Amino acid sequence: MSDNVSIVIVSHSADVAKGAADMVRQMVGEEVRVACAGGTADGGLGTDVAAIMAAIEEVWTEKGVAVLVDLGGAETNSEMAIEMLGEDKGAHVAILNAPVVEGAVMAATEASGGSSLDEVRQTAEDFGA
Amino acid sequence: MTGSAAASAMGEWIEGAATIVDPTGLHARPAVKLTKLAKTFGAVVEVRADTDATWTNAKSPNSVMKMKAAHGSPLHIRASGEDADAAVAALVALVERNFDA
Repeated sequence: MSDNVSIVIVSHSADVAKGAADMVRQMVGEEVRVACAGGTADGGLGTDVAAIMAAIEEVWTEKGVAVLVDLGGAETNSEMAIEMLGEDKGAHVAILNAPVVEGAVMAATEASGGSSLDEVRQTAEDFGA
Repeated sequence: MTGSAAASAMGEWIEGAATIVDPTGLHARPAVKLTKLAKTFGAVVEVRADTDATWTNAKSPNSVMKMKAAHGSPLHIRASGEDADAAVAALVALVERNFDA
């Protein structure tokens, strides 16, 4: 089990979510676990609370989970998913204020060195600043 | 302890350099690799693209990405701390291998 902060990518588009996750895996490598949730349950554009929860659960670690979201509902549904995880687990999950693709790569790069969730958040949010 | 390790333990810098051979320069993927490798060392590791630029923290993905070091430019690397020798050698080797591209 890797002791690194892991990454969850949430997009309205399943293709964007999967593409961003693939990009992180290829650029940063396997030592940072990445999960994604994109699109609605019926395959349309949108986000799905249950799918976001499942993605967070898939890579959850006490070290922390950094969630990257694209627009509007992706953020509110992610907040809801984190709430539904319960306080204990949800306390180790943070939604980062950073662009999905760039933020995910920077967050994963920072996470690969064993950085804390706060440090990972800082790096992703400082990108482009 | 070798002479240089003793020197770096006293807060001095071990330095090295290698030329960036990738036609695109130090682009995103190499920048990520450099940062990841630098993070594996306890030493303070810094890089700069040419002799008159300020030193950049090699462990900071943002800073390394922003350097935009160009093709053909020497990348200077310095480290200070217990494993400074190994850090400089590893980073120089990574640049010389063209980041395993």
